[in-house]
Order: sequence, then C-alpha cells, then structure tokens
Amino acid sequence: MATVPINADSSPGVVLELLYSIKVKDAMTREVMTASPTSRLRDVQTLMRDNAITGIPILDEGRLLGIVSIGDIISALDSGTMDRSADAVMSGSVITLDEEMPLSFAVTYFDRYKFGRFPVLDSSGRLSGIITASDILRRLLIALNEEIGKMEQRIAGRHAASGGPVPMMELSFGTTPLDFSRAGNASARFKKALVEKGCPPPIARKAAVASYELELNQVIHSTGGIMRMRVFDDSIEISAQDEGPGIPDVDLAMQEGYSTANEWVRSLGFGAGMGLPNVKRVADEFSISSEMGKGTFVMAVIKWDKR
Amino acid sequence: MRIKHLQGIIEAEIFQGVFEDIEIAGGYTSDLLSDVMAHAKAGEILITIQAHRNSVAVAGLVGAPAIVICNGRPVPEDMIGAARDEGIAILRTDLNQYEVSGRLWKALRD
Repeated sequence: MATVPINADSSPGVVLELLYSIKVKDAMTREVMTASPTSRLRDVQTLMRDNAITGIPILDEGRLLGIVSIGDIISALDSGTMDRSADAVMSGSVITLDEEMPLSFAVTYFDRYKFGRFPVLDSSGRLSGIITASDILRRLLIALNEEIGKMEQRIAGRHAASGGPVPMMELSFGTTPLDFSRAGNASARFKKALVEKGCPPPIARKAAVASYELELNQVIHSTGGIMRMRVFDDSIEISAQDEGPGIPDVDLAMQEGYSTANEWVRSLGFGAGMGLPNVKRVADEFSISSEMGKGTFVMAVIKWDKR
Repeated sequence: MRIKHLQGIIEAEIFQGVFEDIEIAGGYTSDLLSDVMAHAKAGEILITIQAHRNSVAVAGLVGAPAIVICNGRPVPEDMIGAARDEGIAILRTDLNQYEVSGRLWKALRD
C-alpha cells in the first residue's frame, strides 16, 4: 500500500545523494503515540482515532514489544474482542529501522514490506521515533527545494560569468503532461512575483497571458517541460522549453484557430487554436523553434519601461 | 454595482464568499479560456459554464474579481478552494450566459 514513488537505485543523482545523506532520524516523527501491553484495544483505537494514525507501537519501559495496526483493530471489532489487551493481538515480530540509517534504507523497506510505518530505534535499542511514507516525502521535498534553489543560483552565476545581462529575478517551474489541476500555477507565481517587484499591472498581465498560454501548451501537448521567467531592468523574458514531441508545422501552429487538441481538452475550454497567436500578440519579441522528437522552445519578451 | 448586489439580479448562489466586494467594471462572457485571456479586461467578471479550477487561474491572471457559473453547472470543491486562495468570488445561477450577460448589462447601464 505505502510504496514510495522514488527508487533508491535509479533515481536522478541529486535524489540519490539526498537519500544517502539524509538519515532516518532527520525524517522521522519523534512524538510517537504509544500504548502499554496491558492497554485495552478500545483505548488503542481511541488513540488512533483522536490522532488520525493507523499504527501504535506497544512499549514496555521504552522497549518495543510490538505494534497494533488498524487492521488488528478491525479484526477485534469484527470478532467483538475490543476488551482484550494490546499484547494479545499485536504483531510481535516488528521490522524496525535504526535512526542512523540513511533514508535509502527506509525507501527500500517501504517497497519491500507492505507496512504503513516502521518504528525507529536508537543505538541502545529504544524507540526514538516512527517513520511513514509521507514523512519521507515531506523531508525529501524540503531537501529538493533547497537543492533546486542552489542549482538555480549556480545557473544564475553562470549567466553572470558568461557576460550576458544578469536578471534581477529568475523563476522556473516544471509542467506535467495533462495535469490540469496544477496548470497555471507557474503563471500565477510569475504574475505575483512581478506585481511584488512593482511591475505595472498591464505589463504583468501581458507576461501572465504569454506564460499561461505557453504553460497550457506544455500541459496539453508536450511530454513535460520547464517554464522560466527572467526579469531584467527593461524587459521580462518568458520562455518555455519542452522535451517533445515537437511541432510538425510551426507556421500552421501559429495560425489562429488551428489546434490539434482532443475533444476532452476542448471541453475544458482549451484548444481553441488561440494560444500561440495570443502569446505573439502580447509579446514585443517572439521566437519559436521546434524539432520533431526533440522538443519545442518558445520565447516571448515583454518590454518594461520603468519610467 | 458591487458583486453582492449582482447576486439578486442574476438569481445566484454564492459558492465562494471570501472576496473583496468591489465595483464591477463589466463582464466578459466566454467558454474559451484563451479568448478570456486575450480579451477580458481587469475588473470584468467572467460569465461562463467552465466550472473548474482552470477558470479560476484565468480569472486570477486577467484580474476578474468574480466568476458566474451558468446553467446551474456543478462547482467542484477544488475550484472553490482555488478561488478562496485567490479571493475570487464564485456565483452560480440556473440562468444561461445570455440571460446573465443581459441582466448585468442592463443593471450597469441603469
């Protein structure tokens, strides 16, 4: 049930590095709800319900004896034995993690054993925490955010070193094919960032229109891509780079009303063949290049006269 | 005319009430979101049957303070959540886009 959608063998380098450098104790939850062997199942169930958790470690003076899962509670409810004590039904042979282990162990355990959580022990064998798949994902997301921030800084540093103009702000977001629940997020962030920087609303709106159309094109047509905004002293550059499949006939794609979107996409109000023409209309400079099998790159520049 | 005043005029229910009750500058009626992106002006309310969170994204980007969902179309929870985050009102009515547009136009003219 709780497989972690990250592979400890073949994920990208950055992710693997994080999985090896972050320790289980850095990701686990330290405040663990526990019960004693003599606790009645009724009380264990109350503890689960009130704290919205699905497994309670059973401790005897800090020593882990076993674990009562929500499955055990359901069985007890079914057989009318909620007055029995925890030690009568708990799983005694519990698979645990050592708090000093790297997170990669935890990922492997989740995928190998189909448990929803693993108790974590310290070096003296006492319970020091508990870890769930969502603990791992939360910790990884925080770490990935930090890593991507560093990568962006390095990229900005390279631009500066290469002698080109240095943007005063640079933001980028990935897009996911056909994920309409998040489509538009990048554009909304771009617009907010521009407004916060004191960009006049009509200019911010132009940038948002260009970005939104390009973002939606990636979501509808591409196999995924990156939306980037770079803000310079006198212009805003919106670019969209995707990884394919490419546009067979760019001139045709630029024609108003031409669209290859399917019926489902059209029913959501997209695919009217207005996307690229809209981008070109709001942009002061516009360029598009596409190669079949490689991807499409679109750039729109909006001039920003600060006076 | 303000958004809350419009509610009675178009016989609407307010589905998302966390918004600033500002003056309505006008309306834009369309079910094509790219068309809305291209032509709706800031301060105009969006009149549409597109009841999903992408309409909220578009409304946010063009500066529409409210979305009127016509024909009593169901409004999904995630759309309401997105609109709350953006402070965009969602009104729903059983009237169609033509009737809503007509009543808004008349109310703004009078």
